[in-house]
Amino acid sequence: MTDSPLLKVNDLSKFYGTRHGCRNVAFELWPGEVLAIVGESGSGKTTLLNCLSTRLTPTTGSVEYQMRDGSFRDLYHMSEAERRFLMRTDWGFVHQNPADGLRMTVSAGANVGERLMAVGNRHYGNIRATATDWLTRVEIGVDRIDDQPRAFSGGMRQRLQIARNLVTGPRLVFMDEPTGGLDVSVQARLLDLVRGLVSDLGLSAIIVTHDLAVARLLSHRMLVMKDGHVIEQGLTDRVLDDPHEPYTQLLVSSILQV
Amino acid sequence: MSSHADLATYNFAYLDEQTKRMIRRAILKAIAIPGYQVPFASREMPMPYGWGTGGVQVTASIIGADDVLKVIDQGADDTTNAVSIRAFFQKVADIAVTTKTDEATIIQTRHRIPETRLKSNQVLVYQVPIPEPLRFLEPRETETRKMHALEEYGLMHVKLYEDIARNGHIATTYSYPVKVQGRYVMSPSPTPKFDNPKMHMSDALQLFGAGREKRIYAVPPHTEVVSLDFEDHPFEVQKFDRPCALCGAEHVYLDEVILDDKGGRMFVCSDTDHCEDRRADGHVGELLAKPQEAAE
Repeated sequence: MTDSPLLKVNDLSKFYGTRHGCRNVAFELWPGEVLAIVGESGSGKTTLLNCLSTRLTPTTGSVEYQMRDGSFRDLYHMSEAERRFLMRTDWGFVHQNPADGLRMTVSAGANVGERLMAVGNRHYGNIRATATDWLTRVEIGVDRIDDQPRAFSGGMRQRLQIARNLVTGPRLVFMDEPTGGLDVSVQARLLDLVRGLVSDLGLSAIIVTHDLAVARLLSHRMLVMKDGHVIEQGLTDRVLDDPHEPYTQLLVSSILQV
Repeated sequence: MSSHADLATYNFAYLDEQTKRMIRRAILKAIAIPGYQVPFASREMPMPYGWGTGGVQVTASIIGADDVLKVIDQGADDTTNAVSIRAFFQKVADIAVTTKTDEATIIQTRHRIPETRLKSNQVLVYQVPIPEPLRFLEPRETETRKMHALEEYGLMHVKLYEDIARNGHIATTYSYPVKVQGRYVMSPSPTPKFDNPKMHMSDALQLFGAGREKRIYAVPPHTEVVSLDFEDHPFEVQKFDRPCALCGAEHVYLDEVILDDKGGRMFVCSDTDHCEDRRADGHVGELLAKPQEAAE
């Protein structure tokens, strides 16, 4: 780990009229770190994630990101062109519903290759070779490269979405309920895959989930949210094994033991 | 003002002067920003959308009493669309019309660029059905406008990638996307890609009107127009393995014409004026060279 954080979040709030989505959130994310944001539905997890990933403009506060040259830039003082460039090169965003993150009407290979073409790669053979390589890494058969994602199962689509995001070698990936809607055995394989990729590539990731098992498996640190506030944060094992706040205790004790 | 006493009096060239003024402003803006789609308040025209309402409005706005108009549809001067638009302007503007590319000052076209090289005193007006080259991959207008503004054109290559992945080569044959003056990606309207190279550094002004989509765009004279491609799959135009059956022309765009129900067919110039000119000059294709066989 280096001696400065990748992302610095200060006093971030988002108001919807007089109601708040999230309020006074502050934390730092370090390179190579996986942070989970947990909480129940309506607790502001997704609002927070969208504010961090520039998909939603926060009402107050700042989000600073360490660019590849080492300088810190406030995301909301960058031009839209710079933000969009950042989003398709240095960042990834994995949606809960793969249809939101994929182009369903173009082939798997083109889905993976899109970011490469967006940054100016103009050699068909190279693009295809990279796409093939990435499909293999996310365990999708190479013979499916020319199939459209609509012919894929839910788990395959989610893996394709991950490949599509990682192809430009991003340093930070946002994931919104990446295992939502998948059955448990597929979830397990996907988690295994993500864990492998994150550690191989040294990625930082912010994962929103309501599933504490996902947080336990993937994350180093976690934030617990309730009613838009971060009520507890700390190392994942500490929070899950020794929850301090009553709400966190409730959350942890709500897991079904089988 | 129309001099025909029995006709309801139209303003010269059908549109009122304020509308023409508005369209001319859009045209000037389009010329100033080559390839950029300028929105304009498209009017209802006395013809259905898809029949060239955009092109007709552009022509009506730039035409003067001294202009000579040529209208082509798929290269031909004698198809329904071409004939009716030509008749329309004869009626509402009382201007001279021609089928000769050389003599025309304004050429309104659907789907082709004439084979004869255009000159600097000519204007080519295209009828455009779908002006947005990114439309089939990105349905949101807000998003495509942003992509144009920020020069995010990766998606255009996704389309070409799909072509190669499915067919082994770039199979887009018409409406082939081009980059204008190194900046805007533009749809050349549904002209065959055979005509794309003619747009590059053309001496003539090229105007594009899309009536239903309410957009005007332009390629000024001497402007770079580059067809998009991949390094390992470069752009190339259609090739024909035989010359025109009537005039023997090579390196021109040919139409296939079915002759009978026994598989007989011929390939002839799609540009009828070019073909007639060549035949008048004494060039003869294989079908005319053997008139007795053809007669049987």
